[in-house]
Amino acid sequence: MPGQEQQRPSRREDETEDVPAVPAQGAGQTSAKSSETDADVDALLDEIDEVLESNSEEFVRGFVQKGGQ
Amino acid sequence: MTVRRVVGIETEYGISVPGDPGANPMLLSAQVVNAYATATAGGRTRPRWDYEDEAPLRDARGFEVDRARAHPSQLTDAPRRATPNASDVVSAETEDPTMANVILTNGARFYVDHAHPEYSSPEVLTPRDAVRWDRAGEAILLESLRRVAATPGLTPVTIYKNNTDGKGASYGTHENYLMSRSTPFGDVVRHLTPFFVSRQVFTGAGRVGLGQDSREAGFQISQRADFFEVEVGLETTMKRPIINTRDEPHATVDKYRRLHVIVGDATMCEVATLLKVGTTSLVLAMLEDGWLEGGPAGDLLLSEPVRALHEVSHDPGLTHLVRLRDGRRMSAVQLQRAYLEAAHAYVADRYGADVDADTAEVLTRWEQVLGRLETDVFSAAREVDWVAKLRLLEGYRSRDGLDWDNARLQAVDLQWSDVRPEKGLHRKLAQRGQVETLLSEQEVAHAVDHPPTDTRAYFRGECLARYGARVAAASWDSVIFDVAGRGALQRVPTLEPLRGTREHVGALLDRCESAEDLVAALTG
Repeated sequence: MPGQEQQRPSRREDETEDVPAVPAQGAGQTSAKSSETDADVDALLDEIDEVLESNSEEFVRGFVQKGGQ
Repeated sequence: MTVRRVVGIETEYGISVPGDPGANPMLLSAQVVNAYATATAGGRTRPRWDYEDEAPLRDARGFEVDRARAHPSQLTDAPRRATPNASDVVSAETEDPTMANVILTNGARFYVDHAHPEYSSPEVLTPRDAVRWDRAGEAILLESLRRVAATPGLTPVTIYKNNTDGKGASYGTHENYLMSRSTPFGDVVRHLTPFFVSRQVFTGAGRVGLGQDSREAGFQISQRADFFEVEVGLETTMKRPIINTRDEPHATVDKYRRLHVIVGDATMCEVATLLKVGTTSLVLAMLEDGWLEGGPAGDLLLSEPVRALHEVSHDPGLTHLVRLRDGRRMSAVQLQRAYLEAAHAYVADRYGADVDADTAEVLTRWEQVLGRLETDVFSAAREVDWVAKLRLLEGYRSRDGLDWDNARLQAVDLQWSDVRPEKGLHRKLAQRGQVETLLSEQEVAHAVDHPPTDTRAYFRGECLARYGARVAAASWDSVIFDVAGRGALQRVPTLEPLRGTREHVGALLDRCESAEDLVAALTG
């Protein structure tokens, strides 16, 4: 059932048809190829590197919540 | 009915002091709420919350839990006192976190719930408005954080719109849908369970870690799924049920039921929030109309719903087939397709070409997102939190060769929902135009201070804005005035969520310069 594609500025329409591989139960890995280039993601990661908490282990260990609803 | 329905979203936010994991969360939360209230209330006495009509132990299956047997966390109709750590310096301001319980001019409630600051949005009528006032909540938490940081003597905090600390604790994002009381609750359970189990594929916020305490490394679709242990029940803090039975409508009891949905994730992506509310509203409309019976989504009973909820969440490849009671096996996306097919037929039958724009938008986007998930999961990265998050995580994994147990990936997971635009990774994506936004910053800013105009939230919010100094208390279904010349407090009930709109009371409020005028006009 093809969806009714709306015109989206900034969306690329050259998506590949790769189907995600079956991940091992709980391994949470998909090997889907996305429609973007690696350069897009790399530029983004470079920016995130700038803001990501510098000491990941301490940051993650220190995030402790009391339960809620 | 279409997607138009009285809806609200409550969000408990994660709160943390960098470098001090032992800080008392109740006091921190009170500090956050009070900082905002002090900044916005202009020093006047704050109206208190009116607990008059709260009934947290009433069960939709037709009984009431004995108060003596209830867990203290279920007694949400009685203000609870904090238990400060011995080391906490207790000031008058934070001595009683239950005092940190305010009603805002946009009609929302902002308070301390358990150990978190909670923003309960005003009642809205459309999925787009649900997104708008949900985003207003994010802006309010950000402003609170800034106020705390700028106040000498207060402990700076960081705030996250997520649902777990990855160490065993979970806190909720609850949707509330007003629905017809005449719909049998058994039908609600039967039809909504497969829907909730499968809607994760576009409502999931993504999580690094498997199991309640992340005992296994890996990535899963939902923040909340692992914390659900039973199919139906009244609890919200333990033995969490897929279908919650709290029967506290905050509205005319014989006419309405408030469906309290606790199984969802906090979503940052606006399209995901729109779909979460919009698709659920459509399914409820079909349910109330008896449309689902015998249709493509008429008999999707799962053999083990709780297990299926976990399995779907643990399968980002979207290939897992859950087992139905009739022996069929279907993927989560196929289950959603069945509901979508029923919804298309329902809307065509009831409205034909006259379908309203909100409903048309939900149907179109629902179909689009399922199509993207079927063909290329990552093509849904502009709309769906877990996909956008996974895209970042996989980028890090391939660039830096990280395994799923690497702390950097957990840091990305946490920082995804940091409410600070300079730190939050979702906000970073939004700034770069890599996730789709539905609302301008101006629209969100307006919703911070102003209520929706088409529900009773309008009356509540406008009374606060215009006569705040004379409002002694308020709640979802009341506004209580303390006015000159009257010995008793004057309680205005607002039990009908579709009254008290701008159309209904706008002119009256414009005529009344003071609360005294308003009370006189209302009491004749």
